[in-house]
Amino acid sequence: MTYTLAAPVNETMASASDTLVIAMIVTYAAALFLFAIEAAYGRRTKLKAGRLMPVGAGAVDGGFADDIEVNVRTTEGEAKASQSVLGRIALGVTALGFLMGLAQIITRGVAAGRWPWGNMFEFVVAMCLVAVGVLLFASFRYQARFLGAFVLVPVLILLGIGVKWLYVDPGPLIPALHSYWVPIHVTAAILAGGAFMVSGVTGVMYLISHRTEVKRAQGEEVVGIAGRLPAPELLDRISHRLILFAFPLWTFGIIAGSIWADEAWGRFWGWDPKEVWSFISWVIYAAYLHARATGGWRGPKATWINVLGFATILFNFFAVNYMFSGLHSYA
Amino acid sequence: MSTTTTDTNAPAEGRAGEGPRGLGPIGWLRWAWRILTSMRTALILLFLLAVGAIPGSILPQNVVSVDEVTAYTRENPELAPWLDRFHLFDVFSSPWYAAIYLLLFVSLAGCVIPRALVHARAVRARPVPTPRNLGRMPYAAKFGTDAAPETVLAEARRVLKRYRVEGYDDSISAETGYLREAGNVLFHFALLGLLVALAAGSFFGYRGNMLLVEGDGFANTLPSYDAIYPGHWTDMDGIAPFTIHLDDFEATFIEDGNLRGQAASYVADITYTEEPGGPELTHRLEVNHPLSVSGAQVYLLGHGYAPEFVVRDADGGVAFDQAVPFLYRDTAGFVSDGVVKAPDVGEEDEQLGFVGVFLPSAAETPDGELTSSFPGAVNPRVTLEGYRGDLGMREAQSVYQLRTQGMEPVGSSPVMEIGDVWELPDGAGSIEFAGYKEYISLQVNRDGARLPALITAATAVVGLLLTLFIRPRRVWVRAVRGADGRTRVELAGLGKTEAAGDNAEFHEITTELAGRLRNESDDNPQNPSDTRSDR
Ligand code: HEM
Repeated sequence: MTYTLAAPVNETMASASDTLVIAMIVTYAAALFLFAIEAAYGRRTKLKAGRLMPVGAGAVDGGFADDIEVNVRTTEGEAKASQSVLGRIALGVTALGFLMGLAQIITRGVAAGRWPWGNMFEFVVAMCLVAVGVLLFASFRYQARFLGAFVLVPVLILLGIGVKWLYVDPGPLIPALHSYWVPIHVTAAILAGGAFMVSGVTGVMYLISHRTEVKRAQGEEVVGIAGRLPAPELLDRISHRLILFAFPLWTFGIIAGSIWADEAWGRFWGWDPKEVWSFISWVIYAAYLHARATGGWRGPKATWINVLGFATILFNFFAVNYMFSGLHSYA
Repeated sequence: MSTTTTDTNAPAEGRAGEGPRGLGPIGWLRWAWRILTSMRTALILLFLLAVGAIPGSILPQNVVSVDEVTAYTRENPELAPWLDRFHLFDVFSSPWYAAIYLLLFVSLAGCVIPRALVHARAVRARPVPTPRNLGRMPYAAKFGTDAAPETVLAEARRVLKRYRVEGYDDSISAETGYLREAGNVLFHFALLGLLVALAAGSFFGYRGNMLLVEGDGFANTLPSYDAIYPGHWTDMDGIAPFTIHLDDFEATFIEDGNLRGQAASYVADITYTEEPGGPELTHRLEVNHPLSVSGAQVYLLGHGYAPEFVVRDADGGVAFDQAVPFLYRDTAGFVSDGVVKAPDVGEEDEQLGFVGVFLPSAAETPDGELTSSFPGAVNPRVTLEGYRGDLGMREAQSVYQLRTQGMEPVGSSPVMEIGDVWELPDGAGSIEFAGYKEYISLQVNRDGARLPALITAATAVVGLLLTLFIRPRRVWVRAVRGADGRTRVELAGLGKTEAAGDNAEFHEITTELAGRLRNESDDNPQNPSDTRSDR
């Protein structure tokens, strides 16, 4: 028997990493502030026709082919969102925070001498990084900058919880985590988790926007951020699109996890609480996809299933790690 | 499914005679089948599947740990039998949970098979004839061009090169995205396959656990296991007769910093044979590196200490000399408990038994209690409590417990280092703490479902990707020469899923076609037939 200091921790990198987390949180907070001003006081402006935007009759003419007469049947109005210059700045600030997050994760990995998602703190930070990455992607690809004010709220809450309660110094891992399936499995879970998070947040926005629409139809006036959200259909499409990305990844993550479990514990599926809850989340998201294909379930009902799905992901992460004992509780 | 049909069937027969509803038994069967295979039922069953799993995570489960269930039952003697009556300690093998997933899978088959058949026909069919009025489609565009109608259709075929295209008189009809439906069918069937694989695996496999002390061996036979869980139809007489010998085990722990005591690696060097007397092979067993032998997998699950004791009788004769596995209380300091039973010391009422505590790195807590501060054996110590009398060995008993009913306490030992001997009072004999070995706990597993489950699961992912990302859609292009000599082009698109990107894509097709036609007429204005000859 021998006793070793398994891998020396690089102290410079470790402290750089810790500083970066704080800087990143401050940066996101500033971006959130700017996004919130845009959401509340921006001007409702038309969005260009695009991947997730409805191609309204007015939206496609002009420019390249002026002699083409287009007729599109859609009941949906033009896509509009509250916009202002501050939103662009906020996006830049968010991108800066994202880079800090990236640097933080890299320095932490270097400090510990291993891939940097091996405990709850690292997991939360990585999932938030993915969520912000998804926000940036959606902003550029789908003009969905309007998600910013909403996505950064849970990101900041989770980062706060991470720093305050989950923090551990960088260090090596327990032997059960010495498998290349772990980074694969955990990476898939993190990517899916981040996308589920943004999807869930978009779902909440959808529910608000949908209520605004219902209220307006009844002649009520809706002011403030709720009154300035984009049309529910657009939000629904974004949140669905993110599930299309996340659900197969989650599925893959569960499979990778069971391959690892097979190597480490001698069974690929053992109904350990963590496995049970991953399975529950998976079934809920499958139900969401079904609900969207089932008459009478599309719209708010399906979206509630989506929100429930993210709630189970969070539950799995926080409650299962702390409340239940199981092989996965390396918290 | 059978329950649903019979339940709904029974009242049906009585009522069918009265006949106002005109539903015979067959009608009721049909009705039940239709309900069962509807998307709404599938949705509800999916919810039940999720909700039903929750108690399986909150209550201890026999599949996860029998000990936890036993402990829970001890702590909740009133509640536990009730929970057990509803199979709540075996949720995932309970009849009610099975009912949920079996119904779900019957529903799935009933839903997906007809779709598969319809799809198989659709794949072989030609794209549908172009509808008369293209203006009614979700996307419709019109423009004029100087190119001849044939040129327009020929160019349209080029633009629609990823589509399956069928020509009709003055138009073409194009369709793409057939793989989506195929993917959907594949995905759902793969899930069915996964269920079958898992069921087969659990019916024919087995799982067993045992401890192995350094220097000891193990043969794969039923009695060698401390605990074994065969499947319903497993033939335990026919299990592979391999043998395993533990040559050496080494654990490394972190010594410094606030992760002190965390394990860094476990390595067990073993020698094994496929059958007794077969050629000896070696393997390095580590946590993520199981041994595959004769269709079974052998895993390293944990480790612990087995202190060695020598017990001498009153005359100094050696009555016992063995390493005894002790079970650890926690992994932080590996304070471990065990018992030593020396039946051969003397007459039946003079047997010796000891309850011991092993401390790999003995240290004192601030309030003076003795404990272990590190999992590695830096400063190994043992304390013992002795008993004398009848060990009760004629009855089966746990090796980790001492039955003290028929015994008298003989006192407590001092804290012993390696080599220390505790002389028992009244010249009853002595016990020496002679050293320690380490043991590993192994799990042997044979689960035929491993590979089929992996294959079906991977297939499901492929099917899922096809379902989620392929958008089936149709495009029609009609070109008719107008009275003014110009060609009127009409293009329409229909997405069969609710993808919002469809209209944007149809519009791209329109602009590309219009652009090509414009270039065409710029390049060779009077030669439209050229383009047709080269297709
Ligand atoms: C084990 C349970 C099941 C799971 C995990 C599951 C999962 C899924 C998923 C992920 C999709 C893709 C949804 C999409 O296209 O957006 C899907 C589609 C579909 N499923 Fe299931 N399913 C299950 C059982 C069933 C059952 C029981 C039925 C029939 C009653 C069914 C019928 C369908 C149909 C018709 C679609 C295509 C929906 C569409 O056209 O968009 N599934 N399923």
